[in-house]
Amino acid sequence: MNTWMENLLLLTFVAYGLASVAFAVAVIGRKRKSGEDNHVRRWGRAGIVLSIIGAAIQVMFIISRFFIGGRSIASSMFEFTAFLAFAIVLAFILIYYLYRTPTLGAFVLPLAVILLAYASVFPKEVRPLIPALQSHWLHIHVTLAALGEGAFAVAFIAGLIYLIRVVGNQRNSTHARYLELTLVLVVMFVGYILVSFLFAGLGYEAAIQHPLNGETIQQEYSLPPLIGPAGGEVVKMDPFLGLERPLFEAPSWMKGEKAASKTNTVFWSIIAGLILYGLFRALARKRICECLHPMVKNLDPEMVDEIAYRAIAIGFPIFTLGGLVFASIWAHYAWGRFWGWDPKEVWALITWFFYTAYLHLRLNRGWLGLKSSWLAVGGFVILMFNLIAINLVFAGLHSYA
Amino acid sequence: MENTKCDCGHNNPVGTVLCESCGKPLVEEMDNQKQTLDMRYEGAARRSQTRNRALIDKVWNFFSSVKVAVILILITLAVSILGTILPQEQYIPSARPEVYYPQQYGVVGEIYYKLGLSDLYSSWPFRLLIAMIGVSLVVCSLDRVLPLYRALKNQRVTKDPVFLTRQRIHAQQEMTEQEGIALMDRLAEGLSRKRYHVRREGSALLAEKGRFSRWGPYINHVGLIILLLGILLLRVPGFYLNEFVFVREGETKPVPRTPYYVKNEAASVVFYDPEELPPDMAESGQSVIKQYETKAVLFTKDPETGELEPVHRQTIRVNHPLQYQGVELFQSDFQTKLKGLDLAVRDKKTGKTIGSFTVDLENPKFREPYRLSGGVEVRILEYFPDFAMEENRPITLSEEPNRPAFVFEVKTPELKEPEKSWVIAGTNMDEVQKDNRYEMKLSKIQTVNQSGLIVRQQKGTPIIFSGAMIFVIGLVIGFYWQHRRVWIRWKEGILYLGAHTNKNWFGFRRELEQAAEGTDLRLVFPTSGRRENG
Repeated sequence: MNTWMENLLLLTFVAYGLASVAFAVAVIGRKRKSGEDNHVRRWGRAGIVLSIIGAAIQVMFIISRFFIGGRSIASSMFEFTAFLAFAIVLAFILIYYLYRTPTLGAFVLPLAVILLAYASVFPKEVRPLIPALQSHWLHIHVTLAALGEGAFAVAFIAGLIYLIRVVGNQRNSTHARYLELTLVLVVMFVGYILVSFLFAGLGYEAAIQHPLNGETIQQEYSLPPLIGPAGGEVVKMDPFLGLERPLFEAPSWMKGEKAASKTNTVFWSIIAGLILYGLFRALARKRICECLHPMVKNLDPEMVDEIAYRAIAIGFPIFTLGGLVFASIWAHYAWGRFWGWDPKEVWALITWFFYTAYLHLRLNRGWLGLKSSWLAVGGFVILMFNLIAINLVFAGLHSYA
Repeated sequence: MENTKCDCGHNNPVGTVLCESCGKPLVEEMDNQKQTLDMRYEGAARRSQTRNRALIDKVWNFFSSVKVAVILILITLAVSILGTILPQEQYIPSARPEVYYPQQYGVVGEIYYKLGLSDLYSSWPFRLLIAMIGVSLVVCSLDRVLPLYRALKNQRVTKDPVFLTRQRIHAQQEMTEQEGIALMDRLAEGLSRKRYHVRREGSALLAEKGRFSRWGPYINHVGLIILLLGILLLRVPGFYLNEFVFVREGETKPVPRTPYYVKNEAASVVFYDPEELPPDMAESGQSVIKQYETKAVLFTKDPETGELEPVHRQTIRVNHPLQYQGVELFQSDFQTKLKGLDLAVRDKKTGKTIGSFTVDLENPKFREPYRLSGGVEVRILEYFPDFAMEENRPITLSEEPNRPAFVFEVKTPELKEPEKSWVIAGTNMDEVQKDNRYEMKLSKIQTVNQSGLIVRQQKGTPIIFSGAMIFVIGLVIGFYWQHRRVWIRWKEGILYLGAHTNKNWFGFRRELEQAAEGTDLRLVFPTSGRRENG
């Protein structure tokens, strides 16, 4: 990646960051002399303009990467995750013009920032495409699927806002507890990104050898190995708090090629997330959802509920077309079969089944409000599982990262 | 028997919730009387609600339930997840799953295999689930679309005031008939500007738009049914062909189960140019595969002369299959195979090479010897294409020349008795045969590229894709538009207004506020009782 592209990416990141701040100011700093409506309108406009600028810069980034680089839009983890962030902002801009809610922006834009940061954890170089990935159908399939998922992500945020609005200030309700748990998961995700950047910045490296299926293989670690592979032998390990060998060994039934280093990453994310969360609780002396509740307490819950539904209604046809129909056309050209029950294909179908169930429950069984919001949150959890776990854990046709 | 005759005089079918003519609720408990009306399916009677006697009705009623449909979807979802825990049989590097799963994954693997989860998606329980979803799709759609179509087609403009005031958005204001008509004129104009189709009937008005979006769900269900039927067609013999053929360069082979023959004129691997690679990869000097190619010619056989006639010529690449008359050939595998061995015979006594010959590994000469200059003859005694030792005996693992081994008999004028000589590819036999006068030297290995081609014929494809496209079009119609209606009626000194949309209430509200701008009509937007329907 050349400096020109690097700068465009950085500018996108800054624009989304500033948009997040503008929306947050619009929502939090309401009590001003200049009049409440005026304040919200002015900062809300700043937020949406910054979002549009950010999205426009990201379009330039994507185009320049496509032509200068390897003629691919979303065929590595970095490219796809960055594109997903773009899709989320795009879906948000659309929804914003339908419902004019700066509060939504105050939650969606930070998610785009987080995803863009997550994307940057992966190698950013343009890699030459393997033969199977050289297809226009691939680009159409992945970009459309991502655009649909962007809308689903906006629905997730709307669902979350609804939950914070309705149960966020309740002390002893199950809903509030699960809501807090969901938010802790988000914090762990942030923790993972921070830890990755920290150790990448320090240039941390470690390698451990271990036997697997009768062969000796080596696992590279970019985070200090707290969990090592079963029967592992340290080849190289940068110092970390006097640690000379992993604290624990991964259970021997974990057979995956990189199982131990992945488990280690998950372990680090949990620790970092819990530390962040602990710090937050120590400083704020309140749960996250209680802290967020004042931001959303003036919202009409019905409108938020409708936004979640609307976003899914917008995303569903796009996701179906991109994630299933065009995906199978590409699969046909690349492998000679439309559908092969590869784990990623199955998970796309599972996602589709889930949102199908959501739509039927809502349209026909009258699941509104809380139930519907939980489903919108659950759908996004499945999407993230599909993005992170499938690509990293299962070895399939789609595991290009 | 329920009384289905409405106060307005209209006779409704049994099971009707809202009078087909005036919209007045027919059957209701007293305490519900202030609530917003349930507008699903326009309150029309459905078959599933009216008949429950014969077995066919029971089955129909079971599958007509959306609850059942959702449960079926959720079960399929959960079962599908189970199939992704371990790789499916088609993705394991072994032809013996019963051994592979326990060996690779222990007890979990064994249970997984025994439960049939390793081949889940082609198992009959999974297919049954999909089939049940298919039946549910047909029944749910038929049960609803017919009454809905009738109700929407025969919409009356004049509705009962009860129907209007119990809509979610409503208004009620006292005024004279003249004022009422004047207000109606203005609203009609405002709504027309918003592209509503306005119908009037005396002192009543109905403005409507986007009715077609109500058909979206049924269109998408029809698409899904076509798609499922298309998939079912793949099981019909002759509709689906899935074969595999290896063709070497220069070779012509019949395309399995088709009337065609395919010739591989050249097969090659294309590597990225160093300029196309990012600097770090280019510097390391590694070669990165860009494409696999097969220059292919397709032939048909003349039934009379038996001669092959070329009908199609194309370079097959990954992502660019050969397509001819519904038959498709995909580049799926690429191998470089041993084709021949160049062997030199050396006289160890003089140190001179006395001659050389080539063994075609596909077609080694058994009957007659290889004749070299000076009366030297080499005869193949034994040939092991895929050499291995088993219990101290030489065997061949397959007929593929992966590790060819030979026992030759060398006959020269200098020798009294012919000499036996072993040649095993990749193994030095000098020590073992040091008593031999003549030595066989492998001077060159000849290779040939071969392409593995998948042969497919999928006659159901157009059906499957039309189904998929109809499905997506139905989704777009259903989700990107909405059916909005406004009813107004002046009756006995009061103007009533009721408004309904099947989704996206906030947009509707804005639209109505704009249409009513400049009038003193106070619209009521209650905060509960809202619901979407498809």
